[in-house]
Amino acid sequence: MSGMSKIVKTISSIIFPFITIYGLYVIAHGHLTPGGGFQGGAVVASGLAMLLVAYGSVWTMGKLKEKHLSINQTLESVGAIGFIGLAFFGLIFGTKIFFNNFLVNKQDYLFGATVKLGETAANINTAGILPLMNFAVGLKVIAGLFGIVLLMAYATRLKEGK
Amino acid sequence: MIYNIPYLAVAALILLGLYALIFKRNLIKMVIGITLIESGVNLFLITLGYRKESIAPIYTSSPGGIMSFPVPQALTLTSIVIGVAVIALMLSLVMHIYRHYGTLDARETRRLKE
Amino acid sequence: MNVPDYIIPLIVAIPLLGAFLTPLVSRINDKLRNIFVIIVLALNAVLVFLLASDILTTGIKTYVFGAKDLSYPIVRILFEVDAMSIFMAIISSILVLVAVVYSWSFMEKNTGLDKYYTLILLLTAGMLGMVLTGDMFNFFVFLEITSIASCALIAFWIHRGESVEAGFKYIVISAMGALFVLFAVALLYGQYNALNIALLSSVIQYTFLDKIALVLLIVALAMKAGIVPMHMWLPDSYGSAPSSISIILVSATLASLYGVFRVIFTLYGNVLSNIANFGIPVNVFIGWLIVALAMVSILIGVIMALIQTDFKRLIAYGAVAELGYMFLGIGAGITALGTAYGKTALDGGIFHIINDALDVGLLFLVAGAIYYATKETSLDKLGGLARNMKYTTVFFVIGLLAVAGMPPLNGFASKLLIYESTFQLNPILAIVAILSSILLLAVFVKVFYSAFMGPQLPKFKDVKEVPKSMLFSMGVIACIIVIFGLFPEVIINNIVEPAANALIGYSEYISQVVAGGI
Repeated sequence: MSGMSKIVKTISSIIFPFITIYGLYVIAHGHLTPGGGFQGGAVVASGLAMLLVAYGSVWTMGKLKEKHLSINQTLESVGAIGFIGLAFFGLIFGTKIFFNNFLVNKQDYLFGATVKLGETAANINTAGILPLMNFAVGLKVIAGLFGIVLLMAYATRLKEGK
Repeated sequence: MIYNIPYLAVAALILLGLYALIFKRNLIKMVIGITLIESGVNLFLITLGYRKESIAPIYTSSPGGIMSFPVPQALTLTSIVIGVAVIALMLSLVMHIYRHYGTLDARETRRLKE
Repeated sequence: MNVPDYIIPLIVAIPLLGAFLTPLVSRINDKLRNIFVIIVLALNAVLVFLLASDILTTGIKTYVFGAKDLSYPIVRILFEVDAMSIFMAIISSILVLVAVVYSWSFMEKNTGLDKYYTLILLLTAGMLGMVLTGDMFNFFVFLEITSIASCALIAFWIHRGESVEAGFKYIVISAMGALFVLFAVALLYGQYNALNIALLSSVIQYTFLDKIALVLLIVALAMKAGIVPMHMWLPDSYGSAPSSISIILVSATLASLYGVFRVIFTLYGNVLSNIANFGIPVNVFIGWLIVALAMVSILIGVIMALIQTDFKRLIAYGAVAELGYMFLGIGAGITALGTAYGKTALDGGIFHIINDALDVGLLFLVAGAIYYATKETSLDKLGGLARNMKYTTVFFVIGLLAVAGMPPLNGFASKLLIYESTFQLNPILAIVAILSSILLLAVFVKVFYSAFMGPQLPKFKDVKEVPKSMLFSMGVIACIIVIFGLFPEVIINNIVEPAANALIGYSEYISQVVAGGI
């Protein structure tokens, strides 16, 4: 898969930061609005996929080394471990229940504020461990989906080489 | 009547998917069949949670009136996420089949007979 | 023995955590990774056995995720563990542990082993989740985790076209089956506004939509279990996967079989014992349907096994026949629900689940050992291996006699129970089952002669016995088979009988969640 024309490359380079910011916004507001870790992660990963298509897999594979792929895999593992680890923390803190939301309504901590009934403006500093879980899932989905797209692009390059 | 249209769409999608899965020879089209069935099932789940003239269940202070039921929406999201993984796996297998056999025709990709 | 409640989620969560830690551990050292995986699974097996000792003495245990009690069972995810669940969990944890020890030498020369072990741990989490959960949607999620992980493992030898083809067949079947399950769950949810198995079971009416849901659930799960009209994926997958994976796939198939039983006996338990349709009680109808499927499975499995030339495909068709025996026992038990011989049939069917897992598993491990030593699976090209591979030959003879139901091994104990009880239901069934069992013996004796006996072939002159880890894992299973065969009463009284009672006693399952029960 070779790259596309210069116009496509330029436009996708310009749009890419906006897509990424939007995806991160969806992840960060996962506990307030529709969306969350998976949806935001998918948005960011599709931005990366767009860059991959625009620049072509040959160019991308030239830039990417084995080291980068292994970093990608590590990030994916870290995201998954973060999710399960938060569930395990529920067994340690608070009422000692698996998946216990031990941070909710603890005013002193991050994401510990109580939701006021009838408040229209949503407060991002709420919901305990849910935002943290969203971050973990978001990290895993970005790394995972980008890895899938990258490997598929790699396989197309193999066939063309034959 | 108008509220039954989604159920008709569900039936149409699932039947179309089954048709593609059973009668199409191209492996990619078989994968498309699976995604069609999946969309049908997801649409069915979402429709179950809908109530007439209801609002989205995301408000801390709702403008009044009834809300749609959020549980089917959560189930659908889970099902979509699983679907992504299944489709990615299927497509990568199709890619490898193409590399080994040089064709996507289901009739010719059969070394495992009997 | 009393164990704390939080041990129940840990049984699923520890393999999951281990799965995601494995890629990080394998950065350090390959040997450390293997040890890490074995430790994680051994710890999990210990937890399963601790929980089993508790469940078998004190009864059903429930665990609610993220909440203190059962105040909102409609929304919360609930794990409900009874004797049947823990019976299946014991099988899965034993087989996976054995397979991982076996993999140490068997998969040594392959690359990408960090992914291999990650997928095995994910598969373990999926199987254990399927058997422990008490929630229909959660069951679907674990079913999908199991399918995805096992599909990737079937296609693990990606350089072989056959493996990829078998993997694709498997994932198409699984994806369709899982979507059927999801559709059935949605049908039930739309009517009763509940996903919890116990809650659904307490209100189920057997309306038209319930019948559709029952058909979808049984078809989808029986398809994933490999019962005969839907068995075509099973020989391909079992035959093309690495042998260490074939043995785990046996246990994944059995987890789907557990799904069938849970749906029929618990979800539709009230319907099964109290409702008649067109003048025929529902249990007689469903029971005979299952008996018919079972007989077809036995016959087709044995006949197809006769004509196979590939070692692993032959064993896979043997496994189809063995699945038929389990279904025969359970089907006879459903048809004669409430009678003494119906209970015996259920006992036999359930006991045969664990026996089949061990026997077929041992045969697959032997096939893998032969492949490891000779790089050959075709029976036409093998021969005279008994001279160089003494221990493997002994293990194969044990597996062969056990799978054919010869005394004093475990297959005989459970098949005898099935013959006894089906003879009272209908003598023809028992006669066909016994004859098929004899044919199965003939099939495996043929394999024994063509692979192990006869003159030593010149190209296999330098074949060596397989490494110790493979011998050890085969030896462990062979020991369990012999012990089960010598003391079947101990196993039946302590594990199988409670499991059969748990299947029949659906009202107790309901009363743990719904106040007052039925």
